Amino acid sequence: MTTAVAGELSAELRGFRDELRGFKEVQRLAYECAEAVAAQLKPGVTEREAARMQRDWLRGRGVRDWFHLPFAWFGDRTAFVGFRVPLQFFPTNRRLEPGMPFILDMAPVHKGFTADIGYSGSLGPNPLQDKLLADLEAHRELILREVRERRTLREIYEDVDRLMVRQGYANRHRAYPFGVIAHKVDRVRERPWSPRLFGFGTQALKGLASDALRGHRDGWSPLWSPYRFSDHPPQPGLWAVEPHLGFRGTGAKFEEILVVTDSKDPEASAFWLDDDLPHVRRWAEDK
Amino acid sequence: MSLEGARERWVRTGGIELCVAELGDDRQPTVVLVHGYPDSKEVWSEVAARLADRFHVVLYDVRGHGRSSAPQPLRGGFTLEKLTDDFLAVVDAVSPDRPVHLVGHDWGSVQSWEFVTVARTEGRIASFTSMSGPSLDHFGHWIKQRVRRPTPRRVGQLLGQGAKSWYVYMLHTPALPELAWRGPLGKRWPKMLERFEKVPAGDYPTASLPSDAAHGAWLYRDNVRPRLSRPRADAYAHAPVQLITPLGDAFLSERLYDDLEEWAPRLLRRTLPAKHWVPRTRPDQLAAWITEFVTANEGREAGLPAQGTAATGKYADRFGGQLVLVTGAGSGIGRATAFAFAEAGARVVAVDRDAGSAARTAEMSRLIGSPEAWAETVDVSDEQAMEKLAEKVATEYGVVDVLVNNAGIGLSGSFFDTTSEDWKKVLDVNLWGVIHGCRLFGKQMAERGQGGHIVNTASAAAYQPSKALPAYSTSKAAVLMLSECLRAELAGQGIGVSAICPGFVNTNITSTARFAGVDVAEEKRRQKNSARLYGLRNYPPEKVADAILRAVVRNQAVVPVTPEARGAHLMSRFTPKALRAIARLEPPL
Repeated sequence: MTTAVAGELSAELRGFRDELRGFKEVQRLAYECAEAVAAQLKPGVTEREAARMQRDWLRGRGVRDWFHLPFAWFGDRTAFVGFRVPLQFFPTNRRLEPGMPFILDMAPVHKGFTADIGYSGSLGPNPLQDKLLADLEAHRELILREVRERRTLREIYEDVDRLMVRQGYANRHRAYPFGVIAHKVDRVRERPWSPRLFGFGTQALKGLASDALRGHRDGWSPLWSPYRFSDHPPQPGLWAVEPHLGFRGTGAKFEEILVVTDSKDPEASAFWLDDDLPHVRRWAEDK
Repeated sequence: MSLEGARERWVRTGGIELCVAELGDDRQPTVVLVHGYPDSKEVWSEVAARLADRFHVVLYDVRGHGRSSAPQPLRGGFTLEKLTDDFLAVVDAVSPDRPVHLVGHDWGSVQSWEFVTVARTEGRIASFTSMSGPSLDHFGHWIKQRVRRPTPRRVGQLLGQGAKSWYVYMLHTPALPELAWRGPLGKRWPKMLERFEKVPAGDYPTASLPSDAAHGAWLYRDNVRPRLSRPRADAYAHAPVQLITPLGDAFLSERLYDDLEEWAPRLLRRTLPAKHWVPRTRPDQLAAWITEFVTANEGREAGLPAQGTAATGKYADRFGGQLVLVTGAGSGIGRATAFAFAEAGARVVAVDRDAGSAARTAEMSRLIGSPEAWAETVDVSDEQAMEKLAEKVATEYGVVDVLVNNAGIGLSGSFFDTTSEDWKKVLDVNLWGVIHGCRLFGKQMAERGQGGHIVNTASAAAYQPSKALPAYSTSKAAVLMLSECLRAELAGQGIGVSAICPGFVNTNITSTARFAGVDVAEEKRRQKNSARLYGLRNYPPEKVADAILRAVVRNQAVVPVTPEARGAHLMSRFTPKALRAIARLEPPL
């Protein structure tokens, strides 16, 4: 499903497909990193150490720039319990304990392509988080379906919200800056030196800012939020979608890239960049 | 006496004969029940009958009590060392190969603490459930600590327990207690128990009471002074301990157990709102907790930590294993309440008219600590369906310990726009639903006679008038008054009733509310607008659920939740005119 319509392969389309391949590669790389780091987590590891492990793993594979630096949340921090200010997102010295849920979230830039992924798991069995993860499948389907229907982003956001309430969960992506469930990602120019601002790569922020400016003029926004500025149909481009469920101190999310195009064919108008990801495989196994 | 079907045997030890009764299959785990003062083994009859189908239940009359013979001379015949000899003799007779599960109440618990903390019983006790009887050694250390560093709080605790121990001082006077017990006190004791301790009338206490009480005075005289003045320094429990604390105990302060983890590292705490004689007044709850604890600790090798059955929620000590029924549990406050009880380890019955959401609540409840949870699809306004539900719950799940009548619907619109159909609908759910719940489940609670609690979700609209909500407010005001009246009626039976009055809480009541006197499109618009406003207010239902659990624990009568509800509650008392002015405002929809 990752390929666009077969048929005439214009140069533009071929370029688009190459581009997608680049994004897909870096997304795979990031998920590999998440699985590798998750496998190394032991009781007593702190969030800072887990974040550092992700950074080192990716740096070792050529990542030099970031959309944002890796995050790691353990225990009830996976549900952002008591988060008031954005600084609380940054890794702390919270230690992992047996049975604790964790979330790894990283956004590396590799060869100019950006990925932004979220990986949920637990140290040892955690039936509650398993349930949350299983219930995320309905959200993945809902989002894709409604994007294909060209509903406005705000409406889709509200429908996701309603589904969460029906499932009995709290919407935790509301805690993200601007309460976003998704944001646009794009290619980033590779620079020898890219400083970071509050953990976010300046190059990526620049891209986001110019999108925001352009979108402001044309009536759309690169941030997919519950607010009026998201009251527009899906804008073609790559969206890193991150529904985040919370339930009484346990959180779970996935994050992956949704490709939106201006194609008239619904199948090609929106699709997930990659359907071979840990959480998708997991749902398939459970069936 | 009602120890029916018990097999009796006599165990000789140290020159006396102990009367031992056994119930149930002796291949099952053995549970030994030790009675207190002034009691005999028959104090356990209700609990023993409930345990007998699962366990090998053993009861014995402590020396000098019931049909066991008394030592001669009495002085020096009741020391804890001798009581330990008795216990070991009984245990060797009834369960020579396997360790036993020990349960003690009052002095039975005091002596059991000795059994479970001395070395010679190691390996003979698999678990110990203690109620209303501290270890004298721990008590001694507790006093010493407080005397040594008398902060105001510690002095308060000392004086509090000192006052509660008045009867201990009396028992130390020579001859007088014996005279009283064999004379007028012994005669009046059953009535006193009934009146002050709410022990149900019947065949307890037994006829041997005067001599039990007279002999038992030596329990105090032989042990209290030596142990309190020179407590053992090594009184560590070598078995897992479940501590059941009745919160209304007139003789023992709950503060006595503050540092108990130090002495009993594998400790599980339980509390229940009852007076001292819990084996008579709360047999169902005790049997359930004993069963759970014994099962969890049965067959475990010594040294392994005690079971992981305990829920982690805030009030797990209070609600663990209790049966809680919540109506309207498919969403909003009801669902959050069900989850809060589930986290505290309660068994939850989630009732909602929507089958899917009720099932969802039950499923999630099981994942967060509820040992069992069920979903029931019932419309609370349907009397017959509610009757069926009550019957089913009673036969399949048991008598409800906490009932939360929460289901409700919203209705807004001026009085003249509200049709009689609208009125009927809102009263049917909001008021009749509560009436049915209280009538059916409250009756079961009252008939069981072992306490319980009813929570009715009213609203701040019960005392805050509004021209926009005449029908809704009327229904909620009725619920509030119903709760208050019922509270008065049930107070004597140990059943509490609380009315919860939330203000604007972010639930889906707004998107299902009916707006009278407007067309469908306008109704949709108003639903959406009110949902948005409630969303902006964003008071989470979880906080209301917390308030509900707290109200049950503290037995509060009326609990306004959210600042605006508390403010309106205050104003309704002190400046009702201002409230009336607010009532005239048009809501911004």
